Amino acid sequence: MNDAIGIGEGADAAPEAPYAVEIVDLHKWYGDFHVLNDVNLRVARGERIVICGPSGSGKSTLLRCVNALETYQRGQVIVDGVLLTHDLKRIDEVRREVGMVFQHFNLFPHLTVMENCTLAPIHVRKMPRKEAEAIAVHYLTRVRIPEQANKYPAQLSGGQQQRVAIARALCMNPKIMMFDEPTSALDPEMVKEVLDTMVALALDGMTMLVVTHEMGFAREVANRMVFMDEGQIIEINAPQPFFSSPQHERTRAFLGQILAR
Amino acid sequence: MPQETRPNGTAAAYVRTTPPAPVAPPMAGLGPLRWIRDNLFSSVSNSLLTVLVIALIAWVIPPLIQFLVIDAVWSGTDREACLATPARPEVGACWAFVREWFSFFIYGPYPVAQRWRVDVFFALLAFGIGWLLWLDAPRRDLGALFFFVILPVVSVALLRGFPPIGLPVVETALWGGLLVTLVVAAVGIVVSLPIGILLALGRRSDMPAVRLISVLFIELVRGVPLITVLFMASVMLPLFVPPAWSPDKLVRALVGIALFSSAYMAEVVRAGLQSIAKGQYEAADALGLGYWTGLRFVVLPQALKVTIPNIVNSAIALFKDTTLVFIVGIFDFLRTIEIARGDPVWATPVTSVTGYAFAAMVYFVICHSMSRYASGVERRLGAGDRR
Repeated sequence: MNDAIGIGEGADAAPEAPYAVEIVDLHKWYGDFHVLNDVNLRVARGERIVICGPSGSGKSTLLRCVNALETYQRGQVIVDGVLLTHDLKRIDEVRREVGMVFQHFNLFPHLTVMENCTLAPIHVRKMPRKEAEAIAVHYLTRVRIPEQANKYPAQLSGGQQQRVAIARALCMNPKIMMFDEPTSALDPEMVKEVLDTMVALALDGMTMLVVTHEMGFAREVANRMVFMDEGQIIEINAPQPFFSSPQHERTRAFLGQILAR
Repeated sequence: MPQETRPNGTAAAYVRTTPPAPVAPPMAGLGPLRWIRDNLFSSVSNSLLTVLVIALIAWVIPPLIQFLVIDAVWSGTDREACLATPARPEVGACWAFVREWFSFFIYGPYPVAQRWRVDVFFALLAFGIGWLLWLDAPRRDLGALFFFVILPVVSVALLRGFPPIGLPVVETALWGGLLVTLVVAAVGIVVSLPIGILLALGRRSDMPAVRLISVLFIELVRGVPLITVLFMASVMLPLFVPPAWSPDKLVRALVGIALFSSAYMAEVVRAGLQSIAKGQYEAADALGLGYWTGLRFVVLPQALKVTIPNIVNSAIALFKDTTLVFIVGIFDFLRTIEIARGDPVWATPVTSVTGYAFAAMVYFVICHSMSRYASGVERRLGAGDRR
C-alpha cells in the first residue's frame, strides 16, 4: 500500500501554526442560555485530549465549534492557524482538515461503504476515483472491515458502522480527528472494537479531541483530561493525577459517579 | 422441555445439550374459506358491508358491460350504424364513432402527411420515460441526459419542424388531441421538478431575501386557481408585451402550467428535504463537502427517493389539470372529443356518452399506471428500509 498515506502524517505537517487548535475566551449562547462560558484550550500537534463532563455541560458544543457546525458569539477558535469566522470558504478549508466522528455514525445510507469513503476525497480533494478507492481500501483495512466495502451501512452492525465512519473521516487525510461520544450509541459488546480502532489511531500520533465517558480509554491514550461543567472548563490535568487526585470538588463528584458503575 | 423445579422452589441449573428441531407453523389460519371468514365476515358490521358492496357491484357492473361491450356497435360509417332500430331497440356504445375519429383524438388537426413525426415523438417519449422510471435500468444518468436535454430539443425540432433537415413547420395551432395533452403534461412535470427543487431549497435558505422570494412565489401561486394562471398567461401577457415579442399561445400556456405546478412540486420536495436527518447535513458539512456538493450527493438523492410517490401524485393531478388549457383555445385530448361529438354525421343519442367513456378510459389508464408505479416504488423503498 502507498506509504504516503500513513495515519500519522497529519501530525508533523505544516509547522507554521504552533497549535493544532487554539480556543480563546470562547462564549456561546443559545438564546439566553450560556452554553459555553469563557472556554480556553490549546491543543498541541499530536496531542490527545479527552473531554468529559455531565450531559449538557457543553462538551459536544465545544467540539462542534471547532469545525464550525456551531457558530459562537465571542472569542476565537483557530484551527491549524486559520481563524474561524463566517467566511464559508475558510470554514470548508478547516473542515477538510478536521475529521469528525458522530455519536450516531451519520453514514450516508444510500451509498455503499466504499462510496461513503470516497465521496469527499473525489469531490472535495478532486482525487481520481482509482486513487480515492485505494485510500479507502487502505483505511477500511486499518479499521479491519475491508470485506464490507460494497455493503450498505444498514447491513452492518453498529460497531462496524462506527468504524466505517472513522475510515470515512480518515480518507480525507485530516490533521485533527474529533470524536463526539463515539461509543455511546453502541451495544456494549461493540464498544471495544471501536475503542481499539481509536487507540491504534492514537498510537500513530493523530491529534485527537475526544468527548467520551470511556475512562479506560482516556487513561490509556489521553495526554490531558478536560473536565467541563455548566459550559466551563473546571479542570485540566494529565490523566494520572486527574483520576487519582482530582482537584475540584465537582470533578471528584463526577468521577465518583462515573467510576462507581 | 420444562425446567425442573426443586422442592424448595429454586430453579435447577439447566444447560441445553442438543438444539431443538425446527417445527412447521400450526395449520390454522390457512385456506380460502378461513380467509373469507377472517376478512369478509369477521363481524356483523363487516358482514353487512361485504353484502352491501357485493350488491353495489352487481348493480353497476352488468349494465356497464352491457353498454360498453355487449350492445356496443363496433363498426359502421355514419350515424345509421348507431341508431336504435325495431330489430335492435337497445344500442350501446358507438365505438364505430371512436374508430372514425380516433386519429383526430390522437393528433388533432396535425397534417396527416406529417403525423409520423408525432409517432416518433411518442416512441421517444415512451423510451425516455421507461428508462427513467425503471429504477434498475443501466446508465440512468444517460437516461436523465436523454430525457431532460436531448428529448426536449429533438421534440421541438420534430413537432414544430426544422426546415433545414426537411421537416416543414407545423404551427402549434395545428397541434391537438392526446399529443397536446402529453406535451403539456410532460413539459409541466419536467420543468416543474427542477424549479420546484430550487424553490424548496430557497424556502429553507439561510438568506432572508431568497427565502422571502420563494415563499412569496409559492404562496401566491398556490393561492390562485390554475384557470387564473392560464388566463393571465394567454390574455393578460399579450397586453403588456408588443405582439412581435408575444410568444406562441401554446408556449404561454406551457409556461403558466409549469410555474403553477412548480409551486406544488416545491412543497412536495420540501417535505422530502425535511425528512432527511440533521445528522446527514452535519456529516456532509463535517467532510467539507460544501452546500451544492452535499446537496447533490447526500441530501437530494435521499430526499427525492422518499418523495417519488408524492411527485407522481402531483404528476397525476397535473395530467388531469391539463384539460383546462381548452379554455384558452388549445385543442387538448378532451377538447377533440368535444369537437367530434358535435359532428352531425355521427349525431346519435349514444355518441356523447361514448366519447366521454373513451376519454375516461384513456385518462384512467394513464393516471392509474402512474399511481401503480408510485405504489410499486413505495413498496420497494419500504422493503429497502426494512433491510
